[in-house]
Amino acid sequence: MFWLRRAGIALAVVLGLIGLELALEALLIEYAQRILLLAGINVILAVSLNLINGTTGQFSIGHAGFMAIGAYTAAVVGTELAPGIEGVLGPGLLASAIIFNLALLTGALLAGAAGVAVGAPSLRLRGDYLAVVTLGFGEIIRILFNNAEFLGAATGYFGDRPAGLPPYTSFFWVLGWAILVVLGIRNLTFSQIGRSLIAIREDEVAAEAMATPSTRLKVLAFSLSAACAGIAGGLFAHMQAGVRPEDFRFEKSIDMIVMIIIGGLGSISGAVVGGVFVAVTLELMRDLQEYRLVLYALLLIVIMLVRPKGLFGDRELSDIVRARLTRPEASK
Amino acid sequence: MSLSQLLQQILNGLSLGSIYALIALGYTMVYGILKLINFAHGEVFMVGAYAGYFAALGLGVDQAASGGGFPLHLAALALALAMGSAALLGMAIEYLAYRPVRNAPRLTPLITAIGVSLFLQNAALLAFSPNPRPYPPILRELRYEVGGVIVTNVKLAIFAVAIALMLLLRWFVQSTWTGKAMRAVATNVDAARLMGIDVNRIIRVTFAVGSALAAAGGILFGLDQIMINPSMGVLTGLKAFVAAVLGGIGNIQGAVVGGLLIGLAEQLTAGYISPDYRDAITFLILILILMLRPQGLFGLVRPEKV
Repeated sequence: MFWLRRAGIALAVVLGLIGLELALEALLIEYAQRILLLAGINVILAVSLNLINGTTGQFSIGHAGFMAIGAYTAAVVGTELAPGIEGVLGPGLLASAIIFNLALLTGALLAGAAGVAVGAPSLRLRGDYLAVVTLGFGEIIRILFNNAEFLGAATGYFGDRPAGLPPYTSFFWVLGWAILVVLGIRNLTFSQIGRSLIAIREDEVAAEAMATPSTRLKVLAFSLSAACAGIAGGLFAHMQAGVRPEDFRFEKSIDMIVMIIIGGLGSISGAVVGGVFVAVTLELMRDLQEYRLVLYALLLIVIMLVRPKGLFGDRELSDIVRARLTRPEASK
Repeated sequence: MSLSQLLQQILNGLSLGSIYALIALGYTMVYGILKLINFAHGEVFMVGAYAGYFAALGLGVDQAASGGGFPLHLAALALALAMGSAALLGMAIEYLAYRPVRNAPRLTPLITAIGVSLFLQNAALLAFSPNPRPYPPILRELRYEVGGVIVTNVKLAIFAVAIALMLLLRWFVQSTWTGKAMRAVATNVDAARLMGIDVNRIIRVTFAVGSALAAAGGILFGLDQIMINPSMGVLTGLKAFVAAVLGGIGNIQGAVVGGLLIGLAEQLTAGYISPDYRDAITFLILILILMLRPQGLFGLVRPEKV
């Protein structure tokens, strides 16, 4: 019965997404569609970064590097797999769904592996080192892609078709993956592993004294977070019809940090809100490009000084709603 | 490659390394006292370079260059002005951004520091424009050839200024009352406060001294690398930080040795492997230290306390 209900809910979500896909593509102008897709991708990025920066209390400032690895991997894998799979199945929805998801998953795998490589040496120590290592890592990854001739170097990688990478990225996949990532990370956060991660954030020495394998769990959280960023990268690549090294500058990592700090470190609902907020404000501030980072920097400092826990703190939306409902004066 | 080329690379590496060492001192002093990676330090270095640039222009370096060269006492004045303004900037950052969050959870000051760094860098991009600027000829370059190795007076000046400042710092930290108080605060803040040390004042002085050294590094960097731009603080700051970690963060002598080693490693990589990897080598060194000897070359292993 339980699994039947679960399957029913999943089916309803899939059907709902298909309906949403058709409705949004018919109703919204292309510009609004773009913002909405970006918002979905941002949600994946923010929620995944929040797992390491918020829940585990470490600080990564090179998330764009993992996104870049996912984006390039997905683009290359998609391009290489397309002839074979389309040859067997014929071009169509099924073939592109298989190609796209295989590409995304390979991107996630590679980004996750990079997460282990970066996290294993630096997470043995205090969280500050991770900040420096990821800062360097993000820059070095971009420089590598910028010089990689077989990936188009500074011009970027556009696949083997004249129109660039096929536009696989649609509302269905972006929202579908966003839901999967948010639910997966939510379940992880409320599991025993999640409790251990929170314990590490609150007091690592005490957590270790309680037999929490802190280094292993930190590396696990970090690589998982990197893998999700890889998925976001793959979605981003197939939305842009190509990947360019300049899409993954340090500014991109800062955008992600702003998302989770606005929402509140440690809050999944906060990260979702922050992701959407940044997608929308970035579009609105397009004319103020050069002031954007100054404003973001001031915003970071002011939030830290005035409300260091962000909008939500580490509470979830559901906590706030529940508190409202159970408070007697609120029901009046 | 011949011996003279090796010596040339070593000379260049040591001069670059002494600049890194000057910057690394600021990281290590602040970390020693606040246990904070002062991300904004690279930007203070950048602002120091620009302050030196404008001071030199204001003192008439352009007219002097066409005449008999910029007089030495004016060059020293430009250096002093840059160091002074960076010291003020460092104290302002400490007072406005770090002091209010000093007792907050560890992540809060770290995020604030990243915010300050971003702010300064992007404000500089707006104020000074992103275009690189040629550094004014504070010293007119003279070249000497010693056994196939080209030595310029700029390199000699870099060594002279760096060594003088480091000796001054050593005297300050070892022999003055404030320096002793600084070491006391680094050892144990609460005990130092109980001994009647004004901890706020010591932290302020630490930021001022560290920032002034970074500004000196900025001017020397401008002279050495010829061009400056508002983003130069990021990578150079990162390298100087790695230098501080290599030497053992919190350890003043360690920062100097670490800086020289990083400069050498970078220059030798550029000369013998490929210039493309000159920035990557620093990063590789950081990963290696974190894996093999996280306390750095001269650092002590301190057990973490609950």
